[in-house]
Amino acid sequence: MKFDVAVIGAGVVGCAITRRFALNGKKVVLLEKGQDLLSGASKANSAILHTGFDATPGSLEVACMQAGYREYLDIHQAMNLPALETGAIVAAWTPQEEQALDGILAKAHENGVTDVRRITRAEVLAREPHLGRDVRAGVLVPREYLIDPWSSPLAYLTQARAHGAELVFGAEVQSGQFDGQHWQLATPKGNFTAAHVINCAGNHGDLVEIGLLGASDFQIRPRKGQFVVFDKPASALFGSIILPVPTERTKGVVLTRTIFGNALIGPTAEEQTNRSRATVDHDTLETLRAQAIRILPALADVPVTAVYAGLRPASEEKDFRINAKPGQNWLTVGGIRSTGLTAALGIASHVWDLYQDNWTVPFVPVTDPVIPQMPNLAEHLPRDWHQANRSPIICHCEMVTEREIRAAMDSPIPPGDFGGLRRRTRCAMGRCQGFNCLARIAALTGDKLVPPLSLGVQE
Amino acid sequence: MIPAPSYPLGGLPVIDQADLLVIGAGPAGLAAATIAAREGLRVLVIERMDTPGGIPRHCGHSPFGMREFGRVLTGHSYAARLTAQAQGAGAQIRLNTTAVNVAEGLATLSGPEGLYQVQARRILLATGIRESSRAARMLSGERPFGVMNTGALQSYAFVERKSPFRRPVVLGTELVSMSALLTIRSVGARPAAIVEAGTRPMVRWPLGLLPALMGVPRHYGSRIADIHAKDGRVQAVDLVNHAGVSTQIECDGLVLTGAFTPEAGLLRQSGITVDPASGGPVIDSYGRTSCPGVFAAGNLLRGVETAGWCWAEGKRLATHILQDLQGTAPPSAGLDLRAGEGVKLCVPQRLIPTPGAPFAALQLRLSEPAKGRLVLRNDKGVALWSKPIDSGPERRILISLPQGITQLAPQRLTFSIENRAR
Repeated sequence: MKFDVAVIGAGVVGCAITRRFALNGKKVVLLEKGQDLLSGASKANSAILHTGFDATPGSLEVACMQAGYREYLDIHQAMNLPALETGAIVAAWTPQEEQALDGILAKAHENGVTDVRRITRAEVLAREPHLGRDVRAGVLVPREYLIDPWSSPLAYLTQARAHGAELVFGAEVQSGQFDGQHWQLATPKGNFTAAHVINCAGNHGDLVEIGLLGASDFQIRPRKGQFVVFDKPASALFGSIILPVPTERTKGVVLTRTIFGNALIGPTAEEQTNRSRATVDHDTLETLRAQAIRILPALADVPVTAVYAGLRPASEEKDFRINAKPGQNWLTVGGIRSTGLTAALGIASHVWDLYQDNWTVPFVPVTDPVIPQMPNLAEHLPRDWHQANRSPIICHCEMVTEREIRAAMDSPIPPGDFGGLRRRTRCAMGRCQGFNCLARIAALTGDKLVPPLSLGVQE
Repeated sequence: MIPAPSYPLGGLPVIDQADLLVIGAGPAGLAAATIAAREGLRVLVIERMDTPGGIPRHCGHSPFGMREFGRVLTGHSYAARLTAQAQGAGAQIRLNTTAVNVAEGLATLSGPEGLYQVQARRILLATGIRESSRAARMLSGERPFGVMNTGALQSYAFVERKSPFRRPVVLGTELVSMSALLTIRSVGARPAAIVEAGTRPMVRWPLGLLPALMGVPRHYGSRIADIHAKDGRVQAVDLVNHAGVSTQIECDGLVLTGAFTPEAGLLRQSGITVDPASGGPVIDSYGRTSCPGVFAAGNLLRGVETAGWCWAEGKRLATHILQDLQGTAPPSAGLDLRAGEGVKLCVPQRLIPTPGAPFAALQLRLSEPAKGRLVLRNDKGVALWSKPIDSGPERRILISLPQGITQLAPQRLTFSIENRAR
């Protein structure tokens, strides 16, 4: 079978692009080397939909972020995806940081985010009474949202699949040949032929270019981010996303509530050479926890429920690395750093435009798109366990029912691994991390996950 | 602007009344339910799992039940007996039912019927305990499948009859760690090593000999420095010993044993005061929490006691709750006790010096092995009482303070370890 487009990589950007091309009537195959979507950089982020107030003015990044932000807010309700408007406060803790606030304000205005304003220490503390008393001043950023970073890409892909996109997991692209009209891509799951290739391979993006094109015009320098998640009572202690004054290199460590009713702090920004090993480190996690307690002292009494780490595909330049290679029927989508979740839908539209500008391919958009209905995992909206006649609760920390787990296993895009099941249902994501539910989940999932959660008993 | 991150509490139907609502059908909760039901009270026990019995229900080994039934039982049959006893006395046990909030006289529950409320004259929290997760311990390394607590492994082995791995490493040398070794064997797997940060096993002699008797390589004085993954599973762990020497052990799992922590989610959701030292509720000698009419017993109070100990606590507390229901509430003033340097916890946190209180003796635990003096000082630093101490961590230390101390005017006192010999 010949596809119009092969997308490499099922991160949030690959999922959004697959959706955009499928909605425009293109026959798409999505090739992912992991066992599930979001197996790489996209599984670990701070789960915020940003206004783009602090991005570099005039950059492709801010354009994609703001387009992605608008499209998400347009489509989320119809797909039953949550968005909780909390706003953010950029908090200054030192005189130097306080001096930087005016620059942040000017940048926000330059980016068209004009409702951002300076607030005094008194106003910061009036809005966030539990914040550390040594806060000096802040910048208030309305219209920043908490979102579900895993259900949204799954929704994009579910919609794409309903319009004919094919998804192949365990399909690492090992080599490829371009005959002037078509690419033939070789994977462990067979060969795939497509007129165009869109490289969204995240932390491996430059390696894919070198392997298939012979060279890459960018270089991925993976940046590790570690996160610490606090138990649900933490989310009663504050409302806004608490942002630091950013440095040249990174947006810094954020303290935010999550849509699931927890609080998290992160990410760190650690340059890596290894592209696949995202380790957590005891001392770094302790430092993050201490940082969270400095920002919000009452967190000292709230237990840590989860820790995680991710690698974000930073490149040697700050902006996104998105371009078309006309002679090679190739689109590069690389260097999508921490803003990828917000920008994904905007990147997808931009990539579609590049595709049209370079190749003017005829297309017939889908006239009556299928709108998938995603199961709600957000804490502030009705969950399955609230319902009368609910099935037994399997995960008691996150209140996940057996029905929800079965529904995920039977869904159009079932989880390929345990991480995928956790992201789809929240099971084993809570304070006990599986003490009570792991064996039951192993029984419910049988041999359907890779690796399987049980091996049977040897006599 | 921000909706409360919660379930709808208002407008729920009140579908039941009870004299005593027990939350958690483990040894403490079932013992209390049995005593109260025998006195003719309307007792409702709720349990979130689909099987009553608490932790013992997934312990396939003995010894359980010596104190309660005068014979040696497996955890599984012990749990069944406790359940039968409570039901026989007339207590109603509702399974698959989770408490999402408790307040004075009222509990909000989620059951197969949906969300509803129960009015209860008294509420007993007996939600028990669990082992600390990998995240709470902040262990370094990758995060593949195969890292789990003993409790999860026991459920695999004795409830689902499955094994999650073939050759796991065991971290910890508490009593439960020995259960982990036996459980690993029972599913046909082989422990690759047992790792302990201290220089000797935490569990008492002769149980500490078990790893050697089973031929399990022992790495005492070592900590886990890294976890390696391959294809989504544990592949190896790196250990570092006190001298800084690293060792890599090939394995396909890691069992995190012990480091028990009270299952305190319901306390926090309900705004009941939690003691950061114990991780459980702040209680007084009568088992009363900061919420009027709400009591606590069993391992929710502290990590970790035997099933028999929890059973006895539930029983003693139920006897007091019966008196309380008849209107003979004891005084509430007393001494507030805190765990200071070297002391992990002290339960109860408020000592009320009336005879016959269900928590008359103080339960202390140390945070690390210590030899020296256990000293009680007031806020001005004056030593009021002391005794020599020589104890490992996670060992029960029972203290009955002399009347000269217990009768002091209400004030705050702190236990700490002083004059350390090592």
